[in-house]
Amino acid sequence: MLRRRVIPCLDVADGRVVKGTRFVDLVDEGDPAELAARYAAEGADELVFLDIGAAHERRSTLLDVVERTARRVFIPLTVGGGVRSVDEMRDVLRAGADKVSLNTAAVADPDLIARCAARFGRQAVVVAIDARRVVAEPSGAAAPAWEVLVRGGRETTDLDAIAWAARAVELGAGELLVTSIDRDGTQTGYDTALLRSITSRVPVPVIASGGAASPADFVTAIVEGGADAVLAASIFHRRIHAIAEVKAAMAAAGLPVRASREPAA
Amino acid sequence: MRIAVVDYGAGNLVSIGRALETVGATVTLARDGAALVGADALVVPGVGAAGPAMVRLERHGLVEPIRGWVRSGRPYLGICLGMQLLFDGSDEDGSTTLGLLPGRSVELRYAPTLPHIGWNQVERRRDHPLLDGIPDGADCYFVHSYAVAPADRSIVVAETAHGARFPSVIASDAILGVQFHPERSGVDGLRLLANFVALVSARSAGDPAAAALAGGR
Repeated sequence: MLRRRVIPCLDVADGRVVKGTRFVDLVDEGDPAELAARYAAEGADELVFLDIGAAHERRSTLLDVVERTARRVFIPLTVGGGVRSVDEMRDVLRAGADKVSLNTAAVADPDLIARCAARFGRQAVVVAIDARRVVAEPSGAAAPAWEVLVRGGRETTDLDAIAWAARAVELGAGELLVTSIDRDGTQTGYDTALLRSITSRVPVPVIASGGAASPADFVTAIVEGGADAVLAASIFHRRIHAIAEVKAAMAAAGLPVRASREPAA
Repeated sequence: MRIAVVDYGAGNLVSIGRALETVGATVTLARDGAALVGADALVVPGVGAAGPAMVRLERHGLVEPIRGWVRSGRPYLGICLGMQLLFDGSDEDGSTTLGLLPGRSVELRYAPTLPHIGWNQVERRRDHPLLDGIPDGADCYFVHSYAVAPADRSIVVAETAHGARFPSVIASDAILGVQFHPERSGVDGLRLLANFVALVSARSAGDPAAAALAGGR
């Protein structure tokens, strides 16, 4: 049976792992390749690197980090942040990534998803969606709605997150990485209503992101949100909870998880 | 022991190269037919659709050299798409593939999610030295929507269930294929690659222990 994945996310800027609250107030949390190796040894099922650094120094630094990591970590690696073209995606894959996540560039140019899927297969194309709840007008509809944000959550768009998720999959996304900007870094739990709204609409796996605080939150994202995988950053970086604790909670809830057989790092 | 990893311009070759080096092989990237000369084994990775992959193999002048390699009974390990390409064709885009084993690649049936992405169990149907030391039901990493449907079911060494069951390891003499990514499957994946390297070494040395790669199944 397909295992539910636990995925540590490493936000990378200038070749270092950083984490802030709501994409600001960044704190240095270590070397990406070192942290990746530690997580692999601790039972991570996959790793996500998101480059949130400045565009001008991003390219070569990111490729170096990806290559150093791919040489010592034998679990899958998804890389995102600033990839704007098929050629840039090729470079990231050739550096050692298995999947590339597209975000701002896909919103600006949706056909980029189709071009990347045609070239590398849809399984290599992850579309990352940063979603924020739209506060309804007092007279407005009762159903919750989410808008898509871009540029690391700094800029709004006129896209509805649920509709964009469905469109991205039609265009060729093989997986969606759905981040609640409201919850990101706040440790108040995943936005399960957002997740359910998307997982009930699309056939592809959905990775839940933003807000994990306790092992129980991961279970809720899967059971109530329908997520295929759960992603978190701060609680792992700061050793608030170990990956093994999260997996134990998932197993106790009857969810299939992979028993790690990795040697200690 | 030198393994030629076929490089036709798609995907991640760092991981497979590094994983093979970790288990003791010398790796060269083969971008044309000439690069296969002198290699002890061929590893064909690949992800994505079969049609564009065949076009790129053709452009690199690799289709006939690969066919010749396999027909002469030399060791071939196909990973993911590299396994699917061995068969006659793919339903994904109607493309014709290498035609070295009878059968086709077909979409996964009854799959709760597609693509099938993540760790799933490799359940043994028969013993094969490629799986030595790997527990039955070991979790390996998959990323695909299509899988092979071999005409000859006896080549199926292991299966995996995502909806319906599909072959996740095949072996036909020296032709080996895995639907998952051993280079991304942790210690069990590295063990599989080490087993492959050991089989190739034994075969190169004329060791009768390499019977699994020469003659009988």
